[in-house]
Amino acid sequence: MTISDLKQSPPDSVKSKINWARIEEADNFAKTVKLFRQGKYDEDSFRRFRLQHGAYGTRMTGDYAMVRIKLPAGEIYPDQIEKISQLSEQYSIGSAHFSTRENLQLHWVILEDVSEIFRGLAEVGLTSREACGNSVRNVMCSPLSGVCPDEEFDSTPYALATARFFLRNPMAQNLPRKFKFNFTCCEKHGMVRIVDVGLIPQIREIDGSPQRGFKIFLGGGLGNKSFVGHQLEDFTPEEDLLYTSIAVMRIFDRLGDRKNLARNRMRYLVNDMGWEKFQNLVFMERAVVRATQSVITQLDVDHTPNEIKRPIRISDESGGDTTPDGYARWLKTNTVKQSQSDYRSVFLTLEAGDITASQLYALADVIRNFSSEGKARSGFNQNIALRYVHEDDLPRLYSKLIEVGLAKSGALTMTAPIGCSGTTSCNLALTNSHRLAKEIQRKFLELKLDEDDDLSDSSIKISGCPNSCGQHGIATIGFFGGGGRVGKDMYANYQMSIGGRSDGDTMLGQTLLRVPAKRVIPVILKIIEIFKENKKSGDTLKTWIHRVVNGNEDSAIKSIADIKKILEPLIIPPTIEEDPDFYLDYGSDTSYHTKTGKGECAA
Amino acid sequence: MCRLTDFENVTTDVDSLRSEIRDKSVRVIDVRREGDYKQDHIPSAVNLPLANLLSDDSPERVLKLINSMGIDDQTPVVVYDDTFGALASRVAWTLEYLGHSDVTLLETTYSHWKSLGLENDSNVPEIQTKEHSMNLQPDILATSDYLETAKTRDDVILIDNRERLNFLEQHIPGAISLPYRTLASNDKILRSKEDMKRLLENRGITGNSEIITYCGSVGTLSGLAYYALKSAGLPNAKLYVRSFKEWKKLEKPTEKQEDASYWDLSAE
Repeated sequence: MTISDLKQSPPDSVKSKINWARIEEADNFAKTVKLFRQGKYDEDSFRRFRLQHGAYGTRMTGDYAMVRIKLPAGEIYPDQIEKISQLSEQYSIGSAHFSTRENLQLHWVILEDVSEIFRGLAEVGLTSREACGNSVRNVMCSPLSGVCPDEEFDSTPYALATARFFLRNPMAQNLPRKFKFNFTCCEKHGMVRIVDVGLIPQIREIDGSPQRGFKIFLGGGLGNKSFVGHQLEDFTPEEDLLYTSIAVMRIFDRLGDRKNLARNRMRYLVNDMGWEKFQNLVFMERAVVRATQSVITQLDVDHTPNEIKRPIRISDESGGDTTPDGYARWLKTNTVKQSQSDYRSVFLTLEAGDITASQLYALADVIRNFSSEGKARSGFNQNIALRYVHEDDLPRLYSKLIEVGLAKSGALTMTAPIGCSGTTSCNLALTNSHRLAKEIQRKFLELKLDEDDDLSDSSIKISGCPNSCGQHGIATIGFFGGGGRVGKDMYANYQMSIGGRSDGDTMLGQTLLRVPAKRVIPVILKIIEIFKENKKSGDTLKTWIHRVVNGNEDSAIKSIADIKKILEPLIIPPTIEEDPDFYLDYGSDTSYHTKTGKGECAA
Repeated sequence: MCRLTDFENVTTDVDSLRSEIRDKSVRVIDVRREGDYKQDHIPSAVNLPLANLLSDDSPERVLKLINSMGIDDQTPVVVYDDTFGALASRVAWTLEYLGHSDVTLLETTYSHWKSLGLENDSNVPEIQTKEHSMNLQPDILATSDYLETAKTRDDVILIDNRERLNFLEQHIPGAISLPYRTLASNDKILRSKEDMKRLLENRGITGNSEIITYCGSVGTLSGLAYYALKSAGLPNAKLYVRSFKEWKKLEKPTEKQEDASYWDLSAE
């Protein structure tokens, strides 16, 4: 059977209630590409149009695009996964890529084929509209929203309603720069202080009755220069959610820098103006919005509960009670207990977010057969969460995942690094961060570091340039790519930072030193070794590093400088004669040189 | 009944084939491996495994094969495979090259035929040898020499039907990438005429250009593309049947996408 042989979805397959697509956008895109190729559309207008429709440029060529498919709130349904599997074989490289912002990307797509992808997406209600460009990007939600034991209520319906409100909304078509919303479940799972608008659900007792609302953080963001967001107020009641969002966007629209491309995200505006002034502006603007918006301007929040129905299997094909090898390790490092008893959420880790067409195809059936909610979520870490899996079904699910190559352990540990696409497709990249993430994962799983409890709450995140798509700033150990030089010989060289985090104690990592690409793995292993020698009982790598970077450590290693001293001997470049491999980046057999094309505003 | 010359019906639909089989008015060729064929096949089909054909596809040998399958100049032929139509296309093209004009592809694969619950058996039919004439059609064949000259012309379009990663890594200069997977739709080996036309038009594959297709080694994937072009009403197509394997062996120039590590983005 070929994957192009799409069968009819089984009748009990859960489908998205929201259709994000508009089929006429496919025709319009095809038409516009033709006009552009005929020279009837200028370069800049076409780029704006292309980005608004979710087609991003590709490294060193104008012939290819990357199509960024939005998964609002991270939700993805089996029929959508099957369709993307098919599209990846037809128009891309036979695999797809889960991003850190809950998008699913198809790379190396011929620009003239992009409209065919839109057509396919429309069949399953998906869109890439406003996935790039100066618009409201995919609205994220924690993969654990709705099942997290620490959350006060499920923010998913609010994330979906926000996405619906702003998609194709004239207000959001020409912002000074991109604009990002992240909803989460709780402080621990975080990610709300590194984004334009971050929201944590909260319940307050008001006049004796519980009232839903949010803790809202504004003006954070990762990039060439990163900032941590500020909390707007103690509590924002749910009816103020939309007014607040509109007010913030209106201020940004009015005052954001439209000239200096390098400084036009809202975080620069907040930083330049000062938080208190910005905060006051938001309060004033919100009062205006509240008073002038029509009463019918409300978020359309769908509170219909999802149907939870354990899939019925006619026969047990696993035939026997033998649990496959590696089950305990997988169970420990890839699954979490839900607030609903008897259910777990299962995380599938992909190497730097990449998944093949045939794995996607198999995944659709895995979801139908094992998730009692009949859909999946894209996670924060280029991964996939399968929720509402009944405890009794876990061994069988594991066997099935082994069969299709999706049972890699360590999904929720440091052994699943993030790597942006790097030189595999991005115009701005200086290094192959994507491959480096894969190399680290392979090595660390081989060393079984995923089983080490001391390391499980740490993270490794890698960007191929300073622009932070790999979120290195919030990693326990983060890297961003650049070039190093010995005489006239260049090598891939990463700036390393430690101590970043995105939870309730969000902080950006502190610069440690530059590490050549081919020394990254030994350097991380050395840090682990230093930690093991100096840790106190109950310490994890993350808590220990946190103490060191904040100057609260009293052992032999008191500061970043102490760590640096130990690592320095490891990073001395050999001559090219001694070690020619040192001068090749991962995945390349030709000499390293930095080469970049035009960025699309780091979009 | 002349099918390929009207540039419309390059495929035969399931229902038509069933009635033609009942009327005994068609020769069906199963190009799967002998073992698969022996297990079961479409009733009355003869077996011509592609590997058998490729072991020597000189016109003289092919003529013998055709005769032994009981095909003369007037016999309608329908070819099928279980490989999304690519192997069947290569066999159909070979018949066409020899001068047989009435050959079409079954619109779907054998697996799909079976999944529809349609008839199949394991009987090997008794075949009466026939005499087919030899009337070679050089205008549907591109050789490397021909291609080298032709591709410099403005009215010639060269299409590479391999997967995208292979294309990025290495291809014949000037070729455009149209992976074979784009040609099918759901359970059909070729998309509908309207869909095919739109896809090709978007890519600038239109009008009266001469179009040459190639793939990795033996002209299967590009054979399917040859029929895809015909299905969309683009008659002026040629198959570079020895494809990229020969091109490289002859050390002719190739081109690649520079400065990007696209293989590392693949999850394979």
